[in-house]
Amino acid sequence: MKHTLSVLVENKPGVLNRISGLFARRGFNIDSLAVGETEDPKYSRMTITVDGQDQPLEQVTKQLHKLINVIKITDLDPATSVDRELALVKVKASADNRSEIMQIVEIFRAKIIDVSKTMLVIEVTGTREKVVAIMKLLRPFGIVELVRTGRVAMSRGTELT
Amino acid sequence: MNGARAILESLRREGVDVVFGYPGGSVIPLYDALYDFEIDHILTRHEQGAVHAADGYARASGKVGVCIATSGPGATNLTTGIANAYLDSVPLVAITGQVRTNLIGTDAFQEADIHGITLPIVKHSYLVKNAADLPSVLHEAFYIARTGRPGPVVVDVPVDLTIADVEYDPDAAQTIDLPGYRPTVKGHPKQIKAAAQAIAEAERPVIFAGGGVISAGGAEQLRELAFYAHIPVTTSLTGIGSFPEDNEELSLGMLGMHGTRYANYAVTNCDLILGVGVRFDDRVTGRISAFAPSAKVVHIDVDPAEISKNVAVDIPIVGDAKRVLGDLLAQLKKHELSPERHLPWMRQVADWKKSHPMTVRPEEDGEIMPEFVVKTISEITKGEAIICTEVGQNQMWAAQYSQITRPRHFISSGGLGTMGFGFPASIGAKIARPDATVIDIAGDGSFQMNIQELGTAMNYHIPVKVVILNNQYLGMVRQWQDLFWNKRYSSTCIACQPDFVKVAEAYGAQGFRATRADEVEEVLRTAFASDEPAVIDVRVKREANVWPMVPAGGAIDQMLGEGDR
Ligand SMILES: Cc1ncc(C[n+]2csc(CCOP(=O)(O)OP(=O)(O)O)c2C)c(N)n1
Ligand SMILES: [Mg+2]
Repeated sequence: MKHTLSVLVENKPGVLNRISGLFARRGFNIDSLAVGETEDPKYSRMTITVDGQDQPLEQVTKQLHKLINVIKITDLDPATSVDRELALVKVKASADNRSEIMQIVEIFRAKIIDVSKTMLVIEVTGTREKVVAIMKLLRPFGIVELVRTGRVAMSRGTELT
Repeated sequence: MNGARAILESLRREGVDVVFGYPGGSVIPLYDALYDFEIDHILTRHEQGAVHAADGYARASGKVGVCIATSGPGATNLTTGIANAYLDSVPLVAITGQVRTNLIGTDAFQEADIHGITLPIVKHSYLVKNAADLPSVLHEAFYIARTGRPGPVVVDVPVDLTIADVEYDPDAAQTIDLPGYRPTVKGHPKQIKAAAQAIAEAERPVIFAGGGVISAGGAEQLRELAFYAHIPVTTSLTGIGSFPEDNEELSLGMLGMHGTRYANYAVTNCDLILGVGVRFDDRVTGRISAFAPSAKVVHIDVDPAEISKNVAVDIPIVGDAKRVLGDLLAQLKKHELSPERHLPWMRQVADWKKSHPMTVRPEEDGEIMPEFVVKTISEITKGEAIICTEVGQNQMWAAQYSQITRPRHFISSGGLGTMGFGFPASIGAKIARPDATVIDIAGDGSFQMNIQELGTAMNYHIPVKVVILNNQYLGMVRQWQDLFWNKRYSSTCIACQPDFVKVAEAYGAQGFRATRADEVEEVLRTAFASDEPAVIDVRVKREANVWPMVPAGGAIDQMLGEGDR
C-alpha cells in the first residue's frame, strides 16, 4: 500500500540526507519526495510517498521520529487529505494534430507553456491519477521528455497536517 | 576567546575533566588551547584507542565520554568506535577537526566527509559552519548524547573556526532549544497499571534486563522490584551488572546464544516476560517464533522504536527505566503479592539451575580451561573488579563466569562485537574509576588489534591488567568452523604471535605467563597486586569451546552442549 507521509523538519543543512538515508538503510524505496519551506522559514515540510506494509512503515516512522531535526510526521489518509503533483511534458506536435493535443490539454485543465515549430511543452497539475491519465492520451503523439515533481499533500478542512 | 577555547569552555561546563584524542593539522589550535587548560588529555596511540577509551570511560562512570581526532584519517579512524557506541547506546561526543571552511568540498588535503560517513551510526551530528555557533552546538551535543536513549554525537569543526573570535555567553550557550527532541521519561500510568496487573496475575514470570537499566541508573529499582515480586532475572550481555549475579535464587545469568540453559528454559516456558532496557537482539532471541512463545510481553524502553521492533509487545511502556521501574514497583505494592503465588514455577527454575549448572574444571588433558581463569579472576577480586572484555570466546566466558554484582562493572562490546575494544575501554574505565581493579579479559587475536595502547597505559601510568585467554586461535570463528564447517579452520589459526610477556616488557609494563592450571591463581594474584600495567598470557586449551550454544537462528531452548556435535 502506498503511503503519503508529511514530515515537518527543521530547515537545516543535511536533513534531507538524514531522511533519505534512513529510508534506504531500512530497506524502503522512496517513490517521490518534495521539500520546501513552510509558512515559517525555520521549518521545511517534506511530502514523501513510499510503499510499505503497515508494520515496517511503523518502524521507519519511529526511526524518523528519532532524528533530532524531525518535528512531526503525519501519515496522510487519502480520504481526509488533498494532494497534487505537477508534470511538464514535451510532446511532438505537427500542424495536423496540434488542435487535437490542445483539446486534451483543455479537458484536463492543463496548460501549454511553450510552443515551438514541432513541439509543445504542457504543464499538468493534479492527482497522480490525472497526471497518469493525460500522459496516456499524449503518448501516441510522441512524448519526448517528461519531468515530474513529487507529490505534495495536506489535510482537508481546518485540520492541520 | 578563540573558537578552540570556546569548545573547551563548553566541555568544562559540561563537567568534562578528561578527553581522549590524537592531534593533527586541523586540531592544532584545539590542542594549543588544551595545553594549559584544566581538562586532562590522554594521548592514545591510535584514534580507535581514543574513542574506545572514551566509551569505556562513559560506561564505567555514567558520564559523557569525549574524544578528539584530526580531519581525514584521524576522523575515519574513529568510525568503528562511533558505531560501537551507537549500537550499545553509549553517551559520547566525538570532536573532529575539518579542513578550512573555504576548502570543504575541494578534496583538500586530509578532507573526509566525516559528517556524511557517520550519518548512519550517530545519534546526531553537526558540521559547524559558524564559529559563533560552537558553544551552543557543543552544549547541545552533550545534551543529546546523555539524554533519552544515549548515543554518540559527532561535532565536525573546520579549523578556521577554532582560531576565529568567539563570544562565550554561558546562558545563551546552554539554552537548549530542540523542538524535535523530547525524550519520554515518565511511563504512561495506564500502561504501568496494566503491567502491574499482568505481573500480579502471572504464574511463570521472568524479568529480562538490559543495558538500558544500567544507563538509566535503575539497577537499584530493578533489584527492589525483582525482590518484592519475587521474579527471576536474566540479562542481556550489556545488561550484566544490572542485577546481582550472586543471588542464588533469582539470578539466571545471561540469556541467548551463550546464555545459561536455565535462563533460556525459563524464558521459553514463561507466561510473562518483563523486558527492561533491552532490544531483543537476535543473539538473545534466536528464532523469534520460538522465543517466549506463550508469554505476555511487557516492554519498558526509553526508545519507542524498540517497542515491537523484533518481538511483538503486549504492554509497551515508553520511559526511563529507572523512573518506570520505580512507578511500577509502587503499583505492584498495591497488589500484595505473596511469594507463594508462583511456587511451582520457582521450584521449576531452581530445578533447572540444579540440573544444568555452569560448572568449571581447572584443566583438561593438562591444559588450562579458560572458564577456570575467569572464575579465578572473579574469586581473587571478590567480584569487585571492573571486567572489560574483548570479543569472541573470551567475551562469552567472561560474561558467563565473572559473577558481576554491580552495574558499570562489566564493559563489553555487545551490538557491534568489536575486537580490540576491551583494552582501550579498560584504560578509559580505569581513569573513570582509579579506585577499582580494572581487568581486560582478552583474546590473543583481539588484544593484537589495539595492543599499541600499552603505550598509553605506560605514558599515563594506568595500571590495567590484560588477561589473555591465549588459545592461539580466532577462537570464536574457529568454534563455528568446528561445529558447522567440518573443522576447516580457514584463516583462524594465529599461532604466529609475539611473545606477549616480552611485548609488555618492551613497553615497560609487566608481563606474566601461566601455562599450568595450578599456576593461574598465583600469577593472577601477583599481577593484580602490582601497581603497574600488566599483561598476563594464560595458555588455555586451544580448542575449548563456549558452552552451551544455540546455533544461529535456532530456538533458544535447543542448546548444544559439550557432548552434542
Ligand atoms: C574487528 C573485528 N573483526 C572481526 C571480527 C569477527 N570475530 C569475532 S570473534 C573473532 C575471534 C576473536 O579471536 P580472539 O580475540 O583470539 O578471541 P577468542 O575467540 O579466541 O577468545 C573474530 C575474528 C570481530 N568481531 N571484530
Ligand atoms: Mg583467541
